[in-house]
Amino acid sequence: MDAHIQVKNLNVYYGKQQALKDVNIEIPKNQITVIMGPSGCGKTTLLKTFNRFLELSDGTQLTGEVLVDGQNIYGREVDVTEVRKVVGLLAQRPSPLPMSIYDNVAYGMHIHKMKKDRKEYKDAVRHYLEIAGLWEEVHKRLHDPATSLSIGQQQRLCLARGLAVEPVIILGDEPTSALDPISSQNIESRLLDLKQQYTTVIVTHTLRQAKRLADYVIYMYLGEVIEAAPAHEVFTNPQHERTKQYLEGLF
Amino acid sequence: MSQSDKINTPQTVTKTTGRVIRPVAVSRARQNSFARRTFFGFTLLPVFLILIVTIALLVRSWPILNAYPLSDLLFGDVWKPTDGQFGFRPFILGTFWVTVVGVVLSVPPCLLASIYLAEYAHARLRSIAKPVLDLLAAIPPVVYGVWGLLAIVPFVDKVLAPLSDRWLGSVSIFAVNQPTGFGILAAGLVLAVMIAPLIISVMYEIFSTVPNDLRHASLAVGATQWQTIRNIVLPQVAPGILAAIVLGASRALGETIAVLMVVGNIPQIPTSIFDSAYPLPALIANNYGEMMSIPLYDAALLSAALVLLVVILIFNILSIIILQRMMRQKWAS
Repeated sequence: MDAHIQVKNLNVYYGKQQALKDVNIEIPKNQITVIMGPSGCGKTTLLKTFNRFLELSDGTQLTGEVLVDGQNIYGREVDVTEVRKVVGLLAQRPSPLPMSIYDNVAYGMHIHKMKKDRKEYKDAVRHYLEIAGLWEEVHKRLHDPATSLSIGQQQRLCLARGLAVEPVIILGDEPTSALDPISSQNIESRLLDLKQQYTTVIVTHTLRQAKRLADYVIYMYLGEVIEAAPAHEVFTNPQHERTKQYLEGLF
Repeated sequence: MSQSDKINTPQTVTKTTGRVIRPVAVSRARQNSFARRTFFGFTLLPVFLILIVTIALLVRSWPILNAYPLSDLLFGDVWKPTDGQFGFRPFILGTFWVTVVGVVLSVPPCLLASIYLAEYAHARLRSIAKPVLDLLAAIPPVVYGVWGLLAIVPFVDKVLAPLSDRWLGSVSIFAVNQPTGFGILAAGLVLAVMIAPLIISVMYEIFSTVPNDLRHASLAVGATQWQTIRNIVLPQVAPGILAAIVLGASRALGETIAVLMVVGNIPQIPTSIFDSAYPLPALIANNYGEMMSIPLYDAALLSAALVLLVVILIFNILSIIILQRMMRQKWAS
């Protein structure tokens, strides 16, 4: 397996409570990896270690390593903003920035001064809105506030905003849980389209979504990784009793 | 076990049902509504007090408002009650200068401190800093006044005035015309410290109205914390920052004892921050109750109080409206 993210001996503590216990996994390149498990099992915690979002809350401690392309993102010399540029995040609730649709997409590019002139920014904004499947709907009102969009459109805008800083990994923290079925489907098909170019890691609550999206599955329970394997193996022939029970909907 | 049996017996059921209105219940309801009305009355009291104070001031200052046009009072330069001259301009300008200097000195460090507390500081530091700030707010104004007399006035006199004289002497607002240390700058410095806890805590509240989702959205594309604050947080809180400043200003406007101890109390039109001044609250506090036999003197001082009250009320109402609107957005999101 061509691993894009490698997690080695990862332990995470919230205060005294241990949220992740000795996690060792590898996440394959240019596939969709789905992290599943019951509430409170540490799915989101694990996801947040990939873009160093965990350190935004007080009192979290972390030991172990997370390697992206072989480099430990918790290393001393690593610039956290570079990590987050490389590892994009699609949040649970769409969070458009309080500015225009155009500026939302251009925001990250401006932050990193990625383009030379207005025209380059304009072209890039169009490009990423097209990738996110939003261009047709918004090209006539690019300078309207982003909050004027529907919630499903907002989430695609957030996708465009994340992709605009040219990440290689996309994280999704239950990215469709706030959306209606049609908008969810729209996001899902975007993610499927994008998996050729990006390594995607999604946390999801819904088993059906996992089955639709996953190439690789990580099943977690009480802070531990119970099973991590290609999707067809996990879904057809789970190795562990816990996984089997979860897939059968026993809890 | 035996109790639940009792409840289920038909006897007790008939006892409680069918008797919706019992005498005891009526009296309890009456007590309750009495309590509610009484508490409501006491809650309304502050509103009435503001009205009563305003009306009383208006009535008592009516004689002078009747005798002179308002513009003569507000813009008159000369204050000689014995000659019947009641120009408030020196006092109004004194108040204005002292307040502006205090706010200008206070706001930049307060803004930086509140940004640090709200955006960067860990929970533990926050839990230490906030009580300390509250403590700073609890120091009695007269103590600030003494501190001003013993520390700030000499500091202005011995350090700041010579420095300003040397480097900025040609700029009229920094010119040292009355080298005593007592004056607008000393009062402004004392006020800056006095209003800081209020400004910091209001600004801190304002920062906390910005949803974390927005900060995270910005951080997630690789923005630094400072870029996030500058591009996302500050534009969101700008009106609230303004409200916090106005609130601080209204506190400074009304501050009396600490200011009058260090400001020099000379009724003149100030031209430099090193000049002495005589703000309205100091005028009222120093003179009310003395020389009351002079005609219209009482009315003049009370109209000064009225001016002060109206300005402070307007400042407060404006800032409260802005702040409440922001808080509502916080709960709505």
